[in-house]
Amino acid sequence: MTADVGFGMTIVALVLAAYGGVVAVVGARTGRAALVESAQHAALGVFTLVTACFALLTYAFLTFDFSIRYVASNTNLGTPFYYRITGVWGALEGSIILWAWMLALYTLILIVRHREGARELYPWALATMLGILAFFLLVMSVAAPPFQRQLPVPADGRGLNPLLEDTGMITHPVALYLGFTGFTVPFAFAMAALATGRVGDTWLVLTRRWTIVAWYFLSLGLLIGGWWSYHVLGWGGYWAWDPVENAAFMPWLTGTAFLHSVMIQERRRMLKLWNIVLVILTFGLTLFGTFLTRSGVIASVHAFTQGSIGVLFLGFLALVMLTALGLVAWRWDALRSQGDLDSVVSRESAFLLNNVLLVAAAFTVFFGTVFPLLSEAVRGVKVSVGAPFFNQVNVPLFLSLIFLMGVGPLIAWRRASLENLKRNFLWPVVLGIVAAAIAFALGVRSALAALTLATTVFVAATITVDVVRATRARLRVGERLLPAIGGLLRRHNRRYGGFVVHLGILIIALGVTGSHAWSVQTETTLKRGESAELAGYRLRFEGLSAAEESNHFKVVGAFTVTNGRALGVLQPAKKFYPQEQAPIAYVDYRLGLKEDIYVVLGDFARDGSQATIKVQVNRLVSWIWIGGVVLTLGALLAILPDRRASA
Amino acid sequence: MIYAGVTQSAVYFVTPAELRAAAVPGKAYRLGGMVVPGSLKWNPHALDLSFTLSDGTATVPVRHKGTPPDLFSEGRGAVVEGSWSSEGYFRASLIMAKHSEEYKAPHDKNQAGYQELIKTLKGEGQ
Repeated sequence: MTADVGFGMTIVALVLAAYGGVVAVVGARTGRAALVESAQHAALGVFTLVTACFALLTYAFLTFDFSIRYVASNTNLGTPFYYRITGVWGALEGSIILWAWMLALYTLILIVRHREGARELYPWALATMLGILAFFLLVMSVAAPPFQRQLPVPADGRGLNPLLEDTGMITHPVALYLGFTGFTVPFAFAMAALATGRVGDTWLVLTRRWTIVAWYFLSLGLLIGGWWSYHVLGWGGYWAWDPVENAAFMPWLTGTAFLHSVMIQERRRMLKLWNIVLVILTFGLTLFGTFLTRSGVIASVHAFTQGSIGVLFLGFLALVMLTALGLVAWRWDALRSQGDLDSVVSRESAFLLNNVLLVAAAFTVFFGTVFPLLSEAVRGVKVSVGAPFFNQVNVPLFLSLIFLMGVGPLIAWRRASLENLKRNFLWPVVLGIVAAAIAFALGVRSALAALTLATTVFVAATITVDVVRATRARLRVGERLLPAIGGLLRRHNRRYGGFVVHLGILIIALGVTGSHAWSVQTETTLKRGESAELAGYRLRFEGLSAAEESNHFKVVGAFTVTNGRALGVLQPAKKFYPQEQAPIAYVDYRLGLKEDIYVVLGDFARDGSQATIKVQVNRLVSWIWIGGVVLTLGALLAILPDRRASA
Repeated sequence: MIYAGVTQSAVYFVTPAELRAAAVPGKAYRLGGMVVPGSLKWNPHALDLSFTLSDGTATVPVRHKGTPPDLFSEGRGAVVEGSWSSEGYFRASLIMAKHSEEYKAPHDKNQAGYQELIKTLKGEGQ
């Protein structure tokens, strides 16, 4: 019953989305408003149906409906309530529903917001959204049907992947997908601009906030993913240059480039073509990322041909890129820039360089990610490309980007005079050098750490210079300090939101540098009562205990931690899930601003007399999460409606 | 520049037979095979782990400093990353024994079973 209803709704939604896409195009070409209106109704219908599908699947999870194969594979009678809900998007089929639902939601918001304002572009944007939605509904109908039956109905399900039993699994995929799907809207308006030939600034102005919204969610998704990796996976790191991570990072890089390059087009009428290409590239990378993570191609080039999903995604990606780039070629003349670069020492060129570096980083990540696939497909040789490659190429790129973060917002447009440079950058440069000197005096001998510190202090100082200057100007006209700063943030929220995001990145950069340069770890085997020591910490092994949970069995170690004073007991564990071949390590840690102490239980004697543990003291990692909060707050500030026009 | 970087830092996946045929001491490899039953020795106090990997035709002794990972045991497949030591063993810096739902150990000692295992391991070594 559930299976039939679910499948039926998926098919109807698919037909409606395809219908809506077609009539929106016809409506746009013939100017018949009734057709566009019909497409809107279709979009509303699609949203309602996909919502119903999602609700139905959630209901099946909550009621343990094991006649649905997807439910039986991703939950069992012991799965706690909370994880039965997150289990809905715990694997391929459900995540495609979530994806389609978000896309339908964005389509609805697009209708509400732009139906009136953007007469000419709107029908084309709507058609693009519905076309992409139709593709995801096609995937839901044929390649990854969530409502497939399981016969005979099993008495119990298999259970969720234990690594996904974590609070991060509610927020991480939701944020990430809102980010991925969010970039569909700027793409849709870019397609509309190309289709109508109105490739001026209108589509950029319309999609400016959409892009920041998508970027905000994608950033949030990446950060929560890092946190999940750190506190669940037990290797003490937050980023491994894993293909799945790279899949989400590439559109973030090009999306970030786009956020910056739009400013050049707004101010100087340059980069029209480049902006369109960046949006196409970013959207293409979200599709490519989904292809990478969902087709099984990472495990082996040959795996993806076994299911139809990889072929579907690759085909759709090719279709989208060919159509989009074909349209670009068609509108080539209109896309040529009107403005020219006046001087290398100018804000335009700082932004251009920022774009070049971001795209180079995206390309590096792309190349390192697909190289093993190409090598296997072409030469039949299996290789792996690991963190050393990604770090070696990206660290200089990212350091240069951070440096530009200080230069870009303050340097003059068109041509910067020596006076302008001195006025804005003399003190920040001095402070940066002083900071590196102090670090050296305090015993920092890592050149990379000193360089990062100098650069971040330089950038922080440029931001301070700007804020102080702007606040002073407001104080001079009689405002008081706090209202002056508040007014500044509110009136120029895009600029100062950007600054807050930059501050967040600086804090993250310090956290990343610190954790790489100064973290230490040890591995040791302790008898009960013995202690391990690391970086001033002492961990005394008090013994092991066992506990039965609703869906697993766990062995918990107790370690009393001191560093001169008592810090409490850490309890790393090993969890044994009946559906898994091997136990899952459960990390315990104590977070701190300066450092985290992080313990993983390894091998142990069954009688509890002995345990092998890995202890890490991870330095400054907390600043990555703090920087993440600052960054997302900055993005939220930038999303607020622009007050300047009305003020 | 990027291409040179990738080719320099790409780590090749080899089977024990391939490693035996042409091992360059000091060069990084990923070696995949089955942990030969009876070969596993684990000394928790010294944190010394040693075992032999086999692909059915050749065997390679492996040594590692550290705890065996969760999915690691005799008769199962494993991928190790490290380098060939001139003293005649493979020094593993990393042991990967990832979770795989499709994983099946070669029950009989025939070559087809090993080939299937190696194929699975290549996928897991990513």
